[in-house]
Amino acid sequence: MGRKILLEKADIPGIRSYDVYRHHGGYSYVEKALKEMNPSTILREVTRSGLRGRGGAGFPTGLKWSFLDRKTFKPRYLVCNADESEPGTFKDRYLMEYIPHLLIEGLIISSFALGVRTCYIYVRGEFKNLIGILQKAINEAYEHGFLGENILETGCPIDIIVHPGGGAYICGEETALLESLEGKRGNPRIKPPFPAYKGLYGCPTLVNNVETLAAVGPIIHMGGESYAAIGKGKSTGTKLISACGNIKNPGVYEIELGLPVEDFIYSEDYCGGIKNGKRMKAVVPGGSSVPILPAELILRTANGEKRLMTYESMEEGGFDSGTMLGSGGFIVYDEDACIVRNTLNFTRFYHHESCGQCSPCREGTGWMEKILHRIEHGKGKMSDIDLLYSIAGKIEGNTICPLGDAAAWPVASAIRHFRNEFEYHVEYPEKIKNINHGSLIQHPASSIQYR
Amino acid sequence: MSGNLIDHRLKVKENVNVAFSAETLEKVHMLIKRYPEGRQKSALLPVLHIAQEELGGYLSVDVMDYVASLLDIQPIEVYEVATFYSMFFLEKVGKYVFEVCHTGPCAICGGEEIIEYLKKKLEINIGETTPDGMFTLRTVECLGACGYAPVMQVNTDFHEFLTPQKIDDLLEDLRNKANEEKPESSKWVGKFF
Repeated sequence: MGRKILLEKADIPGIRSYDVYRHHGGYSYVEKALKEMNPSTILREVTRSGLRGRGGAGFPTGLKWSFLDRKTFKPRYLVCNADESEPGTFKDRYLMEYIPHLLIEGLIISSFALGVRTCYIYVRGEFKNLIGILQKAINEAYEHGFLGENILETGCPIDIIVHPGGGAYICGEETALLESLEGKRGNPRIKPPFPAYKGLYGCPTLVNNVETLAAVGPIIHMGGESYAAIGKGKSTGTKLISACGNIKNPGVYEIELGLPVEDFIYSEDYCGGIKNGKRMKAVVPGGSSVPILPAELILRTANGEKRLMTYESMEEGGFDSGTMLGSGGFIVYDEDACIVRNTLNFTRFYHHESCGQCSPCREGTGWMEKILHRIEHGKGKMSDIDLLYSIAGKIEGNTICPLGDAAAWPVASAIRHFRNEFEYHVEYPEKIKNINHGSLIQHPASSIQYR
Repeated sequence: MSGNLIDHRLKVKENVNVAFSAETLEKVHMLIKRYPEGRQKSALLPVLHIAQEELGGYLSVDVMDYVASLLDIQPIEVYEVATFYSMFFLEKVGKYVFEVCHTGPCAICGGEEIIEYLKKKLEINIGETTPDGMFTLRTVECLGACGYAPVMQVNTDFHEFLTPQKIDDLLEDLRNKANEEKPESSKWVGKFF
């Protein structure tokens, strides 16, 4: 198994409490950052580490931090995005549940580096119990002088406020999240202005994912260069991958970026292979929004090279034969899964979660759902398949926020790689009446991985 | 399409008096003060969660108007938010709301069968409440617990790796403790402090 940085101490009994966390060296990252470093040296280390946004976009964190408007006299805000709702993704929940103080350390160091006084953690409302866990950890940090007016007698004041969402996937988009935090509907804002200039309450704001901020402490501890030495190329460090679907060992795994996908799926240290002796049909490796790939393309790129768990390797081949690392929500499908049914399911999700602001997304997701429903229930026409593909193309890139793209990509990629399944549904409506009809569909031998 | 149509229409205002207990009200005011001056509207989502739980299990127009008065905002500002977010109910629900995830990863791990089982067991359809007012059945989109599929929430408590047997046990357990008072620590208002 690879090196663990975020979850290194997660298995220690009682690590959720301050006392145990402190006993195992906790809050030494904050002590180092606030006593031995200054905001610019922290920013330098984060930039050197090559850390990239772990929420899905993979944008370099140091660069994002450098955009924050430091010239204004307005207060600056840091917002931790804990609105984890991407289907397949449950890594942030795990991190916050088991080792909440690691996130709080990251928030304190980041706030200090960015000159932030008030920091918000926006947690999805369904994680009510997690809100209690975080609040308890924050209370403990206040008690021991790591939060408040004068942290560690350095004169630096930082407050952390936990804020609940109300059940809306769109609030994971950073500008929708800010609207929601202001007590409004989660309608994404047009960019520019970017939140780094005009974010929460019109003030400069930085929004980062839980896992990104949790990595800041260890980076400060080990130094940016040592962190960057882990991983491969521009995919540095470790990443939490939440694996689910038809695998033997679903769960959250910390991997060193660069691990071959095949090892991740079949190694007993990770997914442990496919459940019930079945074979693998397809994988959605980065949360429901990223393109689905058939077994042969997730294991090897179109060039025949081993595909790796890195941002670059996942994207190898573009949308023709590649996908994205995304949020690390790794969904594995066995040979019995029906890709049409799954695509309908995801499309229903995006239709339900569309905020309704942009017509292409609001109307397009609804039409895609209707057409997919028709195909899945044996009432489709051959021309529907191309119609679907064309609607997806008309949503993509034509909306304020990326939810439109996120709704279009699963549909387009499912048709690109599994067109035969769509055709089968249209040709044999009587055979797909049972909901578990996925196993009936004949595949070209190569697209199912024998193992 | 989803079989889970949410009624976005507001009900008629009944002009009944609703108010938090003095204890809760004090905490609500503390919550509001966490946000910058003049930005008290930011406390809307947390206060709505508390209101839904403490004032009847759903957000009636009277409750929403009360929340608006606490935050010194217009009632419409509360209505537009309450109708947007899926965790808020605009009409009466059962004592226990079963929210079963039916998104991709849960669906391929038996989530659809669990929904069918619950429908049969409770003898209601999705979106309905049992005649005794005990259980409401809803389907929800991804609960962010895909590795523990199939998953459902019962009043925001997670139940994971569901099987028919687990559901039978849970139903019996909930029926037995239906009259027990919920401990303060498991309520929304307890989570923020």
